[in-house]
Amino acid sequence: MSWLIRAAHAVWEFVVGDDPLTALGVVVALGATALIASAGAPAWWVMPLAVLALLAFSLRRAAR
Amino acid sequence: MSGQELGLAISVFLACTVEAVEALTIVLAVGVTRGWRWALFGVAAGAVALAVIVAALGPALTALPLNVLRVVVGALLLVFGLQWLRKAVLRAAGLKALHDETKAFAAETEAARAAAGVGGGFDGYAFTIAFKGVLLEGLEVAFIVLTFGANQHDIGLAALAAVVAVAVVTAAGFAVRAPLARVPENAMKFGVGVMLTSFGIFWGTEGAGASWPGGDAALLVIVPGVLVASLGLAQWLRSRAIAPAVGRVT
Repeated sequence: MSWLIRAAHAVWEFVVGDDPLTALGVVVALGATALIASAGAPAWWVMPLAVLALLAFSLRRAAR
Repeated sequence: MSGQELGLAISVFLACTVEAVEALTIVLAVGVTRGWRWALFGVAAGAVALAVIVAALGPALTALPLNVLRVVVGALLLVFGLQWLRKAVLRAAGLKALHDETKAFAAETEAARAAAGVGGGFDGYAFTIAFKGVLLEGLEVAFIVLTFGANQHDIGLAALAAVVAVAVVTAAGFAVRAPLARVPENAMKFGVGVMLTSFGIFWGTEGAGASWPGGDAALLVIVPGVLVASLGLAQWLRSRAIAPAVGRVT
């Protein structure tokens, strides 16, 4: 079982790295896109705005 | 070749070139210092391990329904691409050290010399360092090959772009017999970060059920948009770093 935990940890480190807040933000933004699209409204603008905001916040945190 | 296929080939080629240059530096340092035999066995073992990973995960990914695949791949590319882009922007802003192959080669060579020697038998150090170098640098490329290739249902094209990049870097490495310090690695990493993030935005949005105005042509706006925004953020960080220093002087 410990190898499974180690493997999961390695995958997490590989994909998410040291910025889990950005990863969470991506998931939330995709969820918001799906919600707006399912309501029949245009939702293409959500991800570009969300990504710009996530990158800016991530950079501000890293630059401190 | 469609725009998305071209984007796939360019992204994989750039990412693979960058990672191959880094792996080459490690293998060169070990080979020059400890001999080539076990270093090359390590390279071969690493390459086989990567091929097995791509061959095992590729069909599993392509079996997913298209919208599920796009939202999963979009999310993964965004999370992964934003990591690349964040580091690239920090480097461009002067807040993170630029990657320097000459320094990396010197450090690897020193470590290889310091490691215990062997008397003609199996050189575990040379094998392991070369194997890990190829596997770890190659994993990021395998990830990009799998996500881009599966989404386009063209893992073959993605794998071909990766193989061409490795062949070019290997040939150049053999020609100069030194780390490829003149490859504009930092600029290429910036480019890969922009491409991964752009395709992540495009596919993630489509997978979540939204449609892009203009369909695939939207990529012609998304890619330059991400590039300009990233350059703008690098400029903003640079000015933030200078402003406090100016304030202290005056």
